[in-house]
Amino acid sequence: MNLRGLNTLLYKELLRFYKVWLQTLLAPIITALLYFLVFAHALEEHVQVYDGVSYTAFLIPGLIMMSIIQNAFANSSSSLIQSKITGNIVFVLLSPLSYLEFYLAFLLAAMVRGIAVGIGVCVVAVAFVELPVHSVTVLLAFALLGSAVLGSLGIIAGIWAEKFDQLAGFQNFVVLPLSFLSGVFYSIHSLPPFWQGVSHFNPFFYMIDGFRYGFFGVSDVNPWRSLGVTAVSFAVLGAITLFLLKRGYKLRH
Amino acid sequence: MDTAITVNEVRKHYGKVQALQGLNLTIERGEFFGLLGPNGAGKSTLINIIAGLVRADDGRVAVLGHDVVNDYRRARAELGVVPQELVFDPFFTVREVLRIQAGYFGLGKENEAWLDELIDALDLTDKADSNMRSLSGGMKRRVLIAQALVHQPKVLVLDEPTAGVDVELRQTLWQFVRRLHREGMTIVLTTHYLEEAELLCDRIAIIDHGVLIALDSKRALLGKVTGARSRLSVTLAAPLTAVPAALTEMLKQQDGARLEFHLDKHHDSIMAVLDALRAAGGEVVDLQTEEADLEDIFVQLTKRGRP
Ligand SMILES: Nc1ncnc2c1ncn2[C@@H]1O[C@H](COP(=O)(O)OP(=O)(O)O)[C@@H](O)[C@H]1O
Ligand SMILES: [Mg+2]
Repeated sequence: MNLRGLNTLLYKELLRFYKVWLQTLLAPIITALLYFLVFAHALEEHVQVYDGVSYTAFLIPGLIMMSIIQNAFANSSSSLIQSKITGNIVFVLLSPLSYLEFYLAFLLAAMVRGIAVGIGVCVVAVAFVELPVHSVTVLLAFALLGSAVLGSLGIIAGIWAEKFDQLAGFQNFVVLPLSFLSGVFYSIHSLPPFWQGVSHFNPFFYMIDGFRYGFFGVSDVNPWRSLGVTAVSFAVLGAITLFLLKRGYKLRH
Repeated sequence: MDTAITVNEVRKHYGKVQALQGLNLTIERGEFFGLLGPNGAGKSTLINIIAGLVRADDGRVAVLGHDVVNDYRRARAELGVVPQELVFDPFFTVREVLRIQAGYFGLGKENEAWLDELIDALDLTDKADSNMRSLSGGMKRRVLIAQALVHQPKVLVLDEPTAGVDVELRQTLWQFVRRLHREGMTIVLTTHYLEEAELLCDRIAIIDHGVLIALDSKRALLGKVTGARSRLSVTLAAPLTAVPAALTEMLKQQDGARLEFHLDKHHDSIMAVLDALRAAGGEVVDLQTEEADLEDIFVQLTKRGRP
């Protein structure tokens, strides 16, 4: 293992988003805050999901998790497509870094960015509402696994896309709908049975439901099941990513 | 291990284009090797296969005996590559770029002195802390060369490093690369500036349509053609009304009273040309012959076998 090489690539990836923190950290925190203000204001009086949990409080874990996964995806996918389009990906490809080191560096950077935004959203949100914490371990497990799933998906999308609009398509037609239809703003028990069924095929639903369990100790489905689905999603996407990287798919022509 | 680069039966196609058609090539350690060929010949494809950026369909390539696919870590550690495109990372300064590149090769602080040396040798000192984005094209090219050298490779491959570079920088780069060669580095240079290859390289390969069409020392290559061809310029006192029919085949250019002929020494003679001109009423006032240079070889070889 070329640990120094891996560290360097990770450091470079972290520096890349840190140098433009206004767009990569602050902007998504503000976006989440806006959702929070609008939905909490509009629905607080009308919706009660779990006993003893205000709608405002219910909303926050979902928003944090949504921020984590969207930003993890955005980080690896946009970094890769930019490097591919500008051509500077060659500097990494010319080096002796292995596909595994390449994967770990992009994955960890995506996780750091996702979780950094998540922490930012959390810090701002607790200024408005008091949140209980049922289990820090559960919170961590879902934050790490969720960001890892989307970090991997972002690598796949970044490798596959050849143009920015292809990547935007992936984001708009896959990541956004799945994250919005995952129960961030509602409990799936409030949905008609058909859509409840559909939601069970959405891995994002389990990440958000499980993460919410970490705060309230209540959830729509058993948190173990959520953890299982999230872990399997990570295993599958991680394997696909490693397979593509090993083959040099769209990177080493 | 005396072989710097071994290329064995390498094939690569892109759709219907056969970029490399079973190429064989051996570059020895310590050589200054020129890889020449017209645009689209397959030079960059070959370099990218050596660098591991492109995968060959067939055949194998080794750098200092290390297979570029199976033993890529060691192959890449020995190899520095300056890509043809002027690529850069707009997020970082020159020094950051070099540190990061060295880091990929597993090098850290202990390598800092060498980076300073590179920055100095390539005249980048004033720009070391400037963002890559703010650099001129020539400066970016220098950084690209420095980046290829951060890990002190034994073999350096430069893909058209002087394309679109001004004369002054070209001279600086030549000097620098010569110095590296003197210090023992194997250099592989692709170029389509023939004078560059003529000036720098010991041995030259010419490829066209993915096929090796010549491979020899520079001297032998020049010798081949000088033996066979030469250029004859004749200036007459007054333009001819008509060029003798016997000479039209050899005539390459006519500019008033100045005529330029390309002779094949095996069956054309200078005396015969002059006699024919005199017989047609021409009075020769000046006469020049020129030996062939790489350009002639190049033109001659790459035309051969084309439709
Ligand atoms: N990525 C690619 N996709 C399709 N065709 C390519 C690609 N790269 C090179 N080619 C083709 O392969 C041939 C050799 O190209 P190249 O190696 O770049 O030539 P050179 O460097 O000698 O100018 C050309 O016909 C070129 O169009
Ligand atoms: Mg080329």
